[in-house]
Amino acid sequence: MQSSIQPPSQQGGIVVEGLRKVYGHGETAVEALKSVDMVVGPGEVVGLVGPSGSGKSTLLKCLGAIIEPTSGRMVLGGKTLYNDAWTTKDLRSLRRDNIGFVFQAPYLIPFLDVTDNVALLPMLAGVPNLQARTRALELLRELDVAHRAKAEPSQLSGGEQQRVSIARALANRPPVILADEPTAPLDSERALAVMRILNRMAIQSQAAVIVVTHDEKIIPTFKRIYHIREGRTVEEAGEGRSLD
Amino acid sequence: MISLAGRDILHSWPKFVLTGMGLGLLIGVTLSMAGVYRGMVDDAEALLTNSGADLWVVQKDTQGPYAESSSIKDDIVHGIEGMPGVALAANVTYLNMQVQRGSDEARAMVVGIEPGKPGSPAHLVAGRPLTRSHYEAVADVKTGFSLGDRIRIRRHEYDVVGLTQRMVSSGGDPMVFIPLKDAQEAQFLKDNDAIVNDRARTAANPAFNRPGVPGLLDAAISSQTSSHSVNAVLVQVREGFSPEQVAEPIRRWKHLEAYDRAGMEDILVAKLIATSAKQIGMFLVILALVSAAIVAFIIYTMTMGKIREIAVLKLIGTSNATIASMILQQAMGLGLIGFFVGKLSATLWAPVFPKYVLLLQSDALRGLAVVMLICALASTLAIRVAIKVDPAEAIGG
Repeated sequence: MQSSIQPPSQQGGIVVEGLRKVYGHGETAVEALKSVDMVVGPGEVVGLVGPSGSGKSTLLKCLGAIIEPTSGRMVLGGKTLYNDAWTTKDLRSLRRDNIGFVFQAPYLIPFLDVTDNVALLPMLAGVPNLQARTRALELLRELDVAHRAKAEPSQLSGGEQQRVSIARALANRPPVILADEPTAPLDSERALAVMRILNRMAIQSQAAVIVVTHDEKIIPTFKRIYHIREGRTVEEAGEGRSLD
Repeated sequence: MISLAGRDILHSWPKFVLTGMGLGLLIGVTLSMAGVYRGMVDDAEALLTNSGADLWVVQKDTQGPYAESSSIKDDIVHGIEGMPGVALAANVTYLNMQVQRGSDEARAMVVGIEPGKPGSPAHLVAGRPLTRSHYEAVADVKTGFSLGDRIRIRRHEYDVVGLTQRMVSSGGDPMVFIPLKDAQEAQFLKDNDAIVNDRARTAANPAFNRPGVPGLLDAAISSQTSSHSVNAVLVQVREGFSPEQVAEPIRRWKHLEAYDRAGMEDILVAKLIATSAKQIGMFLVILALVSAAIVAFIIYTMTMGKIREIAVLKLIGTSNATIASMILQQAMGLGLIGFFVGKLSATLWAPVFPKYVLLLQSDALRGLAVVMLICALASTLAIRVAIKVDPAEAIGG
């Protein structure tokens, strides 16, 4: 698996340099991120861990183009998205085309069936319905939930819902996937299954994956881990325990 | 692109349909209120059309006979019949009263007519017209009377010999037609005690008991106990004459008021039912506001229940326009369901109303446009909330 991971380059992955985020102004200003440096290669899955209030969510929101950093540089999928300012005003399209999100809860759209939950993203990007659904079915097949393609999200088990949410994150073939506590509500076996899927899909789609987690069950599976403390990241080698 | 609004509606259709039905009943009431107003106007038009007159000759300085009381002598008709341009003229009386049938009562407008002349019922749906001079009646079917029924008007009983339809007063009361002489008596004759008292008072007046003037007292008493008044004379104008051409000499030489059809419509629609129209207008405005508040509340509540989904949609790249369109379409969908339920219910319950409810297609189309507009406006609150949803809410932290 290690061999399939590409070094971060202008062709893919995530490069973050000196990223800062300050909330508020003057005396009430809070520096949530002081200086964050990260590198995640295409096809690589890294962990992001840290105590509550350390800045994990702020970093995730900056990487996800949900909030604007104060300064620094971010390169996602070979494109410089932020260099002391956003390089584009259309953050919505930027998120849609470059970033896949996996949440703690699957947050599937309850009024769409499984196929359309996955196909919605390509459709939003302008892909014709038939093509988008074909892509969705491919992903569902790869994630072993194709048999529930016509089911409503409420009819799925927790593990199935999480697999569908991973399929949705991959639907537009984004170069970056941000996963926020994706295994928190799952038992050990299902948590490891989700990590297996994330690793497999990262390699297949050459996406750089950052998994924010507190989950002791999965932390040993990362080969590299970024610890975030008081707004700064420290890189550590993980155990890289086998998922098989 | 799939229709997010359509999918959401299909997903939770029982909630949508039940909410739409509730809204629909409110819209049904609104359409019915409009129908009540239209019915009042149509009743007024029917009253004028069914009278078969081109001119209404009434007491001077009054707007009778429907909007104000009018009393003129019944021999005036002969003078009018001889005027140029008059084809037919007939006396007529109108009296709103309770008509009894056994122990039942019906509110009706009793019309005294000269059979075959203007003022007679335009058509019969059963039985025959009045042929005898006394104690026969033709009733509108809305009175609930049947052929052969015996009805009581004041002191006398009448046989119902004919039934007619859509012959109503401007207030919507069904008409009962009786011979003119009977109607004059019913309208102007006093009760027995009053007549006896009047006779005694007249007889005690020395002016009527002067020596050398025999019969003076009898003549005075006779004039007191018989009525020669009517409410109006209905005139049909001869071909080649305009109503105004005929009305002008009547006003000048007979010292009476004469209204043509337009003048009478103005009195009935613009004046007589003006207050009712304003009343109904106020109800319509209040119902529109209540409908808007209900739609706004429902759409707002539904949107608040989907905040997390909206945050996810925004996070994965759905535009504000797509989300706003979803909420707008849902509001419009609710309005459409409500409108069709409202139209259906108004159509079903309109015939049960005691007074005529006229549901016009043009009103329905206007109602649909207003409902859609209200729904669009009502959805703006929910759209504002949805647009303000932070995509970060999907991530938490």
